[in-house]
Amino acid sequence: MDGDMGETLATVDLKAEYESSGVREILDELDRELIGLAPVKQRIRETAALLLVDRARRDLGLAHEVPTLHMSFTGNPGTGKTTVALKMAGLLHRLGYVRKGHLVSVTRDDLVGQYIGHTAPKTKEVLKKAMGGVLFIDEAYYLYKPDNERDYGQEAIEILLQVMENNRDDLVVIMAGYADRMDRFFSANPGFRSRIAHHIEFPDYTDEELGRISASMLENQGYVFDEAGRAAMEEYIRLRREQPHFANARSIRNALDRARLRQANRLFSGEVPVDARALSTITESDIRASRVFSGGLDIDGSRRMIED
Amino acid sequence: MRITQGCFSFLPDLTDEQIRDQVEYILSRDWAVGIEWTSEPHPRNTYWEMWGNPMFDLKDAKGVMMELDDCRKAHGDKYIRINAFDSTRGWETVMMSFIVNRPENEPSFKTWRMEADGRHIRYTHEMIG
Repeated sequence: MDGDMGETLATVDLKAEYESSGVREILDELDRELIGLAPVKQRIRETAALLLVDRARRDLGLAHEVPTLHMSFTGNPGTGKTTVALKMAGLLHRLGYVRKGHLVSVTRDDLVGQYIGHTAPKTKEVLKKAMGGVLFIDEAYYLYKPDNERDYGQEAIEILLQVMENNRDDLVVIMAGYADRMDRFFSANPGFRSRIAHHIEFPDYTDEELGRISASMLENQGYVFDEAGRAAMEEYIRLRREQPHFANARSIRNALDRARLRQANRLFSGEVPVDARALSTITESDIRASRVFSGGLDIDGSRRMIED
Repeated sequence: MRITQGCFSFLPDLTDEQIRDQVEYILSRDWAVGIEWTSEPHPRNTYWEMWGNPMFDLKDAKGVMMELDDCRKAHGDKYIRINAFDSTRGWETVMMSFIVNRPENEPSFKTWRMEADGRHIRYTHEMIG
């Protein structure tokens, strides 16, 4: 944020703007609340700097045009795309690029209708709600089904493209999904590619980061690991990653939910009275009972009822 | 004859910015917004035609203004009004209603007086033009 103020008469103190607009607050929040994701944070900081400078240019009456703010977030499931989108909405609101700063999160089902003439009103309804905020389209590539030329998704795409172009002041569209499928989606719909200025990639979390995430998730729910429990969790993360349907932080959250279930059962079946510490400690046995340790997940879930 | 119904109708017509600000106020009170049109502004014609569904969960007035633009495209030479509905229990009623579009030539009304039984007098209003 080191802005050179130059020799112009009127000056804008970018540092002060940074503080007073509340952008700093949001970026600090982002740093604090989201573990890892260094490249994402870097990109958001750069975007914030660009928007601040752009705003300063506008205030000084320099040539500027409303920057294109539509974005695409690509990454595997559970890498924090929705969470970051929420923060992005707050950031754009503080900077005055969207008026209300709310996030409307939709998927194909919310945009595309079931019969002729159903899609346009449905898409428009969603767009009306998103006005003044951010429209987050999760798994956007499902809108486009190349194998079915009569698919109504195409109609939704056309309306979206039109609004993204004509209502740039009114809403920001963020499209999210797996990187490879988004790439294919964009190459099949060049209209989107040219209207989306910021492509942000979400890397997978490392084992160490997932360990920290699991600890902070537990902390938010008022639980802690004991020493052996933490070690078991670290091993769990290592093993879980190798198995199918691994969804980063979301897998961790689900694992913790199941661990809490086992802990409750363990305490309930124990004969001794429990104290506050026992009630809020996840131990090794709660983690190690997971199927992940016994060679893998049962994907179709047929045994889940018995084993969990 | 200039029709005066609802809020602001004795003021000059609202500009689009003023309409937008009123809608922002409506949304800030969590009221639902409905757009209605008619070609017959008779005071007894309470129920106008609805333009689309009422809008319950908008955050920004732009959504309403888009619908209003569409409605004007289809019914530019008719009366269009915006209603704000409060669904709070105990109220459940229209809290605000104002005309946002008028035809170029507005109709006028003629009053008819009629003698009825027992020297009662009845009045009726007929829309002309």
